[in-house]
Amino acid sequence: MTPPLLQVDDLHVRFPISGGGLLGKGRRMLHAVNGISFSLAKGECLSIVGESGCGKSTTALSILGLQEPTEGTIRYRGQPLAGPGAPGRMQRAKAVQMVFQDPYASLNPRQSVRSSLAAPLRLHGVTAGSEIEGRIEAMLKNVGLTPEHATRYPHEFSGGQRQRIGIARALILEPEIVVLDEPVSALDVSIRAQIINLLLDLQEKLGLSYLMISHDLSVVEHMSDRVLVMYFGQIVEEGGWRAIFETPAHPYTRRLIAAIPDPNAALSPPAKEDRHTADRPQLAAHSFVSDGSRAPDVFTAPPSSKLVEIALNHKVRLAATLSD
Amino acid sequence: MRLGFNFWLGAGLTALVIFAGVLAPWIAPFDPVLDADLMSSELPPDATFWFGTDAQGRDVYTRILFGAQISLTVGIVSQVINSIIGVTLGMTAGYWGGWWDDLVNGLTNVMLAIPSLIFALAVMAVLGPGLPSLLVALGLTNWSWTCRIARSSTLSLKSQGYVQAAQTLGYGDLRIMFTQILPNMMGPILVMATLGMGSAVLSEAALSFLGLGIQPPFPSWGSMLTDARQLIQLAPWVAIFPGLAIFLSVLGFNLLGDGLRDSLDPHMRTRSP
Repeated sequence: MTPPLLQVDDLHVRFPISGGGLLGKGRRMLHAVNGISFSLAKGECLSIVGESGCGKSTTALSILGLQEPTEGTIRYRGQPLAGPGAPGRMQRAKAVQMVFQDPYASLNPRQSVRSSLAAPLRLHGVTAGSEIEGRIEAMLKNVGLTPEHATRYPHEFSGGQRQRIGIARALILEPEIVVLDEPVSALDVSIRAQIINLLLDLQEKLGLSYLMISHDLSVVEHMSDRVLVMYFGQIVEEGGWRAIFETPAHPYTRRLIAAIPDPNAALSPPAKEDRHTADRPQLAAHSFVSDGSRAPDVFTAPPSSKLVEIALNHKVRLAATLSD
Repeated sequence: MRLGFNFWLGAGLTALVIFAGVLAPWIAPFDPVLDADLMSSELPPDATFWFGTDAQGRDVYTRILFGAQISLTVGIVSQVINSIIGVTLGMTAGYWGGWWDDLVNGLTNVMLAIPSLIFALAVMAVLGPGLPSLLVALGLTNWSWTCRIARSSTLSLKSQGYVQAAQTLGYGDLRIMFTQILPNMMGPILVMATLGMGSAVLSEAALSFLGLGIQPPFPSWGSMLTDARQLIQLAPWVAIFPGLAIFLSVLGFNLLGDGLRDSLDPHMRTRSP
């Protein structure tokens, strides 16, 4: 069996918190990510959703090599991507790239579009001027800009155009995995759909795999094949987007989904049974370790629990004692 | 970008000093050293000797023009050295952090705690008087503020998306510092260097006044003041004109630096339309 494109196993990230006594006595650890495991298949869009501080960005940074994991393994095509035997920045760059949330902070104001796209190509051994020009031109067309835009500087573009440049930069080295960190949340609502459609087109055209970090569930619902729901460093529920959005099992997931504004709610009479309660797998409230209504202590490891498959490819985290 | 009156006044005064220094060999009416004539010593300003003559009968105006060369050289070269040291230390400290950051911070604090003129005096005492040691002394003693500013700018720029993007694109640390971070903090560094030029000119004058800088008979504004000490009541112009030259050039550099800061700092741009 060929290994999956990206395989994350039991990823832990802990940050030391300074404080306590002298000489680092009583130093506490902040448990940011507590044993995340998932895999990403080729051509798939996997979304990680959860509130701020739940560890979703830390997970992404670990995959990008910007944050060293405390424990666990990250494998790309079976080869380690973190820890001992990990590739350097240069090799990693061709595997994983990132599209940033804020298009205003993610482009160097002193670099023209051409130079911010040409520099990585040159760094990775593309030296022929004509090839660089050709690839920049093709990439700008891919993201819906014109070759004439190449000579301009970031301040000459709108937010949506800047995000297109950010996407072009992420794709210029032809990576297989693209991490999308809230790719549209900083954009004007009227631009969001364009960028989402662009991302979906590019995914199909270039065979990309997306790992999307988001708390905007309407975007997640539109783009993802599978969804991971994270809560304080753990996956509390995972499944296909349909399972998560139509039959959410974990109380935290249900609350997230209930919080999506429904534009039809005011127009249509209340349904007898809303979609979030229909066909809900019957699980007693006490079987969950936490229902997400009370913030757990981030300085201690979470109580033992495990992911249990309640339907095909649909898993929910339950207290360890009850699930045995 | 709108530049205020202060900027233009500073730029004008700075241009005047540069003009005087660069063109001194052509526009000076006399030789600053050889045209000594004890018969015409301590003459008040007149049509021939615009700023009068000193105790050796040398033309003060000529000596001020040539003194501008020294002040400019000292101001520019020492600030280039300061900026290179300060930016290199501050940027690497901010970017890498850890023990290197602690070390650089400690060093900066030590440098800030020692009065820079006293430190420069000590360096001069070791190296001996003269222009090269003056440049080294002033270049090694004034980088702490530049270092602080470079470090704090790096800390804030490091979290920008484009720096993270450069990391994920495979850029090495030094490449990131020089292509992504340095160009974006040139504004404040340039302002610091311009302001530092004023203080370097003052330090040069002070060291030369104390006899550690430029050695007689070559003219420097500071050493001209030393010579004028005994004459201040008999021939006040021998002291007044070098003093004015120091005052106006330092004012010029400071106004230029202030003006640059105002125009480069977006927070100060509220008045512009």
